[in-house]
Amino acid sequence: MKHKSCFHCGLDASSSEIKYDEKSFCCNGCKTVYEIFSANDLTCYYDLQNAPGATPKEIEGKYNFLDNAKIVEGLLEFDDEKTQIVTLYIPHIHCSSCIWILENLNKLDPSISTSIVNFGKKTVRVSYNTNNFSIKALVKLLSSIGYEPFISLDDYSVGKKHVDRSLIYKLGVAGFAFGNIMFLSFPEYFQVHGFWIEQYAPVFRWIMFAFSLPVVFYSAQDYFISAYKGLRSKMLNIDVPIALGAAVLFIRSTAEIILDIGTGFFDSLSGLIFFLLLGKFFQQKTYTFLSFERDYKSYFPIGITKIFSDNSEASIQVYDIEKGDRLLIRNEELIPVDCILIKGHARIDYSFVTGESEAVSKQSGDKLFAGGKQLNGSIEVDVLKTVEQSYLTQLWSNDVFSKNKEDGFTTLTNAISKRFTMAVLSIAMVATTFWLFTDTSKALNVFTSVLIIACPCAIALAAPFTFGNMLRIFGKLKFYAKNASVIEQLAAIDTIIFDKTGTITANKKTAIEYDGLQLSDDEESLLKSTLRNSNHPLSRSLYSLLNENEIVTLDNYEEHIGEGIAAKHNQKSIRIGSAPFVGYTSETASLNTAVYVSANNQYKGKFTFYNRYRKGLSKLFNTLKKQYDLVILSGDNSGEKENLTKLLPAKTKLFFNQKPEDKLEYIKHHQNSGAKVLMIGDGLNDAGALAQSNVGIAISENVNVFSPACDAILDATKFNKLHHFITASKSAIRIIKWSFALSFVYNIIGLYFAVTGQLEPVVAAILMPLSSISIVVFTTICTNVLGRKLK
Amino acid sequence: MSVIYILLAISIIVAIGFFIAFIVAVKSGQYDDSYTPSVRMLFEDELIKDKPEKTILTKEE
Repeated sequence: MKHKSCFHCGLDASSSEIKYDEKSFCCNGCKTVYEIFSANDLTCYYDLQNAPGATPKEIEGKYNFLDNAKIVEGLLEFDDEKTQIVTLYIPHIHCSSCIWILENLNKLDPSISTSIVNFGKKTVRVSYNTNNFSIKALVKLLSSIGYEPFISLDDYSVGKKHVDRSLIYKLGVAGFAFGNIMFLSFPEYFQVHGFWIEQYAPVFRWIMFAFSLPVVFYSAQDYFISAYKGLRSKMLNIDVPIALGAAVLFIRSTAEIILDIGTGFFDSLSGLIFFLLLGKFFQQKTYTFLSFERDYKSYFPIGITKIFSDNSEASIQVYDIEKGDRLLIRNEELIPVDCILIKGHARIDYSFVTGESEAVSKQSGDKLFAGGKQLNGSIEVDVLKTVEQSYLTQLWSNDVFSKNKEDGFTTLTNAISKRFTMAVLSIAMVATTFWLFTDTSKALNVFTSVLIIACPCAIALAAPFTFGNMLRIFGKLKFYAKNASVIEQLAAIDTIIFDKTGTITANKKTAIEYDGLQLSDDEESLLKSTLRNSNHPLSRSLYSLLNENEIVTLDNYEEHIGEGIAAKHNQKSIRIGSAPFVGYTSETASLNTAVYVSANNQYKGKFTFYNRYRKGLSKLFNTLKKQYDLVILSGDNSGEKENLTKLLPAKTKLFFNQKPEDKLEYIKHHQNSGAKVLMIGDGLNDAGALAQSNVGIAISENVNVFSPACDAILDATKFNKLHHFITASKSAIRIIKWSFALSFVYNIIGLYFAVTGQLEPVVAAILMPLSSISIVVFTTICTNVLGRKLK
Repeated sequence: MSVIYILLAISIIVAIGFFIAFIVAVKSGQYDDSYTPSVRMLFEDELIKDKPEKTILTKEE
């Protein structure tokens, strides 16, 4: 049979036999989406990109909480009697077809007036008429075409969020003033004497003064504020000499034009601020599609269905859940609170919490923890604790989440700026004293010149440009750091702590071992054909790992939720699932997940699933052990201890059964004894440890989906490259030190002019941008060379 | 009055005009999303292409 793929989503469609308009589809859902598009003249969707779609999911009842007016109000960005505007996050946005179809939503429903996609953030902003349309109708429409939005507790009341664009304004103002002042200062640089210049010089000077006002009082204000704060807490940060230089530049220049003794340094002043802001802007590289600040709110739903004592159902807000309430958790819904299972078969996927991809079955009466996702039909539960007090969420009440990591860290630039400021001030003093005795008229001139020329523009630019460029290079290699200080901290660590499940083990590639009687060919083919029909994650992974077999059409197929599957073909029957389901009673006390198989009511054997460790794990550990202390903190039982000791270097410390708080305390304890800790984790249960550590890196199989709050996100495929990133960070520090040396050379040249009292505005105007630009060029070339080596 | 004053005035007015244009552009959110517009500008043609494509299809049938 020819291999066919679904016209809508690109999945395998060879066996589905669903055809429409001479195109094959993998399922009815995809076909329906195609029908919707072709009925509305929107088939252009398929011209832009091959098979761009996603299969629409069943959402019956899932969005009932959007009937609750209070919840809707919190989601809307704008609301008057007729129009509403809402921004929805849609994870599936991935290509130009997605942009096209989402911006043509008005063709699907006339109530929608405009929809604008932000591709980077994967959001769509929709405004619609409320006459016979609502947010619920919109979400249903989007889901029906395969673009189901993801609405979490985090979206609640985001509509009022304010975007901070002040840096780009400041940069714009400084650049605008810098350009104009440059032009206005040219006449005096080129023609020093003469009738023309003497008559018009004051006009040019006062216009330059006017242009410099917004630069000093608006663009540069952050430097003055930061310098003031630094001085108040008795710290000489890099902003102190910058603010001092800028202030002296402005005051001396103003004095010069008032007294009509010179042109002033307005061009150097605005150029300095412009370059500094440019460095800041460059460093502020953000990954719009990633979030480093996620807490449990990004995962939790807004609304949940409550069942009242008279059996009526209503959607309530998650924060309104009270102890003792009865809740209905539908298929694929997240459990928001700790509770007890009352009714239904629970299969809970705790992968957001622990990183463990295997779902766990629960019986009624069992305790369920917040953060799990129900996978198997609806369940009813009784609430034990409210949202904030649940086992997982109370982790966020810990102090570490309110602390800002950068505050307690002295950057290389600030460390050097202390000595630098001291040196500059003493040079200024010595030179001034010297001139006071030789030529008093020049003393003030020399004093201000020293402060102007020593303004550490180049030093202040070295770190932002090096780290900014490193962030970009790391980003291309799928290591996404939150900001520049992460790279600096990464270079200083001496202890590395790993989480086990999901971090050093892979999520998907599980190893399977068969243990039992040999299966005949017929049985194997029946097994494979049966598994093919099941959507259960264990069936899927078992299916993909079994050998190719002839696929037979089953006569009978039943799926028993939470237990297993049973099928029949040619008088042969097969049962696959839990031990009791296949009728196997002896020994079930295994620590690992297993699937049992019986054929014709006779027990055959079991498939045991093992976590497979990530590629290159022991090589990575052996490389790292030379320089770092290695620790594994696992929340799991010690079932894998033996395996790990074999795999990892002998001095690696292993700890099992660690609660989220234990991990946090362990790190804190080591930090108190002077260790610089790098924590590598993945689930929400590592969130505390990631926040407490000096650098917290989250490992993610899919960077677009889920990761807890952290300092950096590392794509799982690059896990074995970890030590390369650490070494590169150290090299980046070395580059910065070299740039410091280079900028000192410029400073010495400048100081020669300043100390000897011959600093002309034109010298400053050439020397200051020259030093800044050469530092930028130097760091850019060096980091690019470093980046090439990384690949 | 010298012509230099007029020239200075004009140059400053033009410069401020561009500066205002920049402020307006930032305020309207043009710098918030620098990727989507580059894709969006390629779409206009597709929308018009929609209809003729249909007529070709019916002819074939």
